[in-house]
Amino acid sequence: MPEVLKAPLVVEFPFTRSLGPVQSAFLTGLRERIVLGVKTGDGRVLVPPVEYDPVTAEEIRDLVEVAPTGTVTTWAWNHEPRRGQPLGTPFAWVLVRLDGADTALLHALDAPGPDAVHTGMRVRVRWAEERSGAITDIACFEPYEGRTAELFGHSGEFEDAIHGIVAHARLDYTYSPGRAQSAYIDALASRRTFGERCPSCRKVYVPPRGACPTCGVATSEQVEVGPGGTVTTFCIVNIKAKNLDIEVPYVYAHIALDGAGLALHGRIGGIPYDQVRMGLRVEPAWTEGARFPDHYRPNGEPDADYETYKELL
Amino acid sequence: MSKEPVAVVGIGQTKHVAARRDVSIAGLVREAARRALDDAGLDWADIDAVVIGKAPDFFEGVMMPELYLADALGAVGKPMLRVHTAGSVGGSTALVAANLVAARVHSTVLTLAFEKQSESNAMWGLSLPIPFQQPLLAGAGGFFAPHVRAYMRRSGAPDTVGSLVAYKDRRNALKNPYAHLHEHDITLEKVQASPMLWDPIRYSETCPSSDGACAMVLTDRAGAARSAKPPAWMLGGAMRSEPTLFAGKDAVSPQAGKDCAADVYRQAGIADPRRDIDAVEMYVPFSWYEPMWLENLGFAEEGEGWKLTESGVTELDGDLPVNMSGGVLSTNPIGASGMIRFAEAALQVRGQAGEHQVDGARKVLGHAYGGGSQFFSMWLVGAAAPDS
Repeated sequence: MPEVLKAPLVVEFPFTRSLGPVQSAFLTGLRERIVLGVKTGDGRVLVPPVEYDPVTAEEIRDLVEVAPTGTVTTWAWNHEPRRGQPLGTPFAWVLVRLDGADTALLHALDAPGPDAVHTGMRVRVRWAEERSGAITDIACFEPYEGRTAELFGHSGEFEDAIHGIVAHARLDYTYSPGRAQSAYIDALASRRTFGERCPSCRKVYVPPRGACPTCGVATSEQVEVGPGGTVTTFCIVNIKAKNLDIEVPYVYAHIALDGAGLALHGRIGGIPYDQVRMGLRVEPAWTEGARFPDHYRPNGEPDADYETYKELL
Repeated sequence: MSKEPVAVVGIGQTKHVAARRDVSIAGLVREAARRALDDAGLDWADIDAVVIGKAPDFFEGVMMPELYLADALGAVGKPMLRVHTAGSVGGSTALVAANLVAARVHSTVLTLAFEKQSESNAMWGLSLPIPFQQPLLAGAGGFFAPHVRAYMRRSGAPDTVGSLVAYKDRRNALKNPYAHLHEHDITLEKVQASPMLWDPIRYSETCPSSDGACAMVLTDRAGAARSAKPPAWMLGGAMRSEPTLFAGKDAVSPQAGKDCAADVYRQAGIADPRRDIDAVEMYVPFSWYEPMWLENLGFAEEGEGWKLTESGVTELDGDLPVNMSGGVLSTNPIGASGMIRFAEAALQVRGQAGEHQVDGARKVLGHAYGGGSQFFSMWLVGAAAPDS
């Protein structure tokens, strides 16, 4: 049995965020080295602020300035900081109740080690050198023994407030296509296509999935299909995809390889795009070193009769 | 013990647009929820539970957004559920909420669905670079266009039918103040002259990308009795699913869609949908899906659906109006799109659809589908309470 394949899969995207009035004021405040909370119906001050009262559900917009100093309410030591975390050296994740706030803010505390951190310790904001209106404008917290900072009661109104941010997200996965697809890909290297037959309904799945989605039973019997196949249906693509190096127009088709129980998808070449038709007989066209056929091209056989493939549409 | 009858007593939606940069996601859902409560004459404290739906989290990049939306939806201290069935989610979310009322778990439930497509790119979210897989060469339109061609081959429909649907839906949207696209200068010639993107699908036969939310307040018989405005009554509701790709799948008229419709009709005592149902609001992201779904839902024999479209039966003033709101072709905040269909059906039987009201609409079907024709959800609502 061939080895099961594995490869890294990185999913990343710069999501945009429309902030709305409260987050807009909060993040603009951080840019100006001001921390804002919001007052709820029962008089508590929430930091970070939210748009709607957690108790009454009413809209809340009464922004109040709180101090950049506060008290650690609980914490956890982070031995191995990862990519994108606030500090590159081991630090404490802390919940900090800022002076003037009734709730705690999650952030990082720069401390030499876990022995230097305790619940109830006093800390203050260490501002980032360059600030853009983001939670990272607070570089981290640091231990602080001094007095509470003086506040000037900022209203939360700013000139040139920010209204949107870009939030870069990245997820690192290790992806494995599993036993059945690994065997399928392995066979493609010698330009042969194997599916798997369901022991119950006898349909042949290409690519194989290791199980029949209709019968819910495992599949293992390998069946070679193709190389000939029939175009069951298709469309002509006239818009260029961003990351595909294919000239438009081109034909994107469903191709039922001979012996397969369902069609797979591929591009049709070797024939003008406007001459492709349902029932066209094709075969894979390979390029050196490629994992999959580059496209499918006419194999010279007469067109398949509609009756022979209409069940595959 | 019989089920509790379920009534829609409040409906709210946002004005759907390409980008709502003035509000957060919380602000967006709040707007629709508040309008639904106002329509019902209720307040947050009157709600027993919240059921929320949206399309994949990758569409905005907020993982499990329902957790942070609890404050905005008045759900603190109440049960809150998230439903996820791809593009059909707005419909299945409403049905989960309805089932909570029908089962007498809760008396009054707020249900809501949303999408803020401007925060991300749905095409990106649907085409992650999975190792060892051939990239999909065609995008969402390219995925569905071959099925449209298969339908045309199977039915012998003339190739103008798709443009008739788009022209109708865009005109209907002009009568709906909440619709995203308001193309005041739309003509059939313009639709037919628009660029062919994924032949046989033209640009004007595809849906837009929208930011929007839709909410409904569902309640029991006692709640409906307190309602100042006429309620819409759920007469039947069902969901079905099947794999996106499997040997034997009928991609043109999926079995799960037929089964789902049959279940709804059985619950509602509908013997002949074409005769017994007054209007349909169905999920048509590409114009040709109107005739395809007309057949799948039993309004026409196989291969005959396009004749209803071509002869004007599905026009707003036709015998079986379809997509009175302007449909998905005019408004597509993906996660909300299914619920907008369900809400439009309810608006019609309540007689509150305004300029796009169908006179005398007593029974209207709301329909949604999602994934690669993988998930189906539908409900039939009526102006009169079920007999039970």
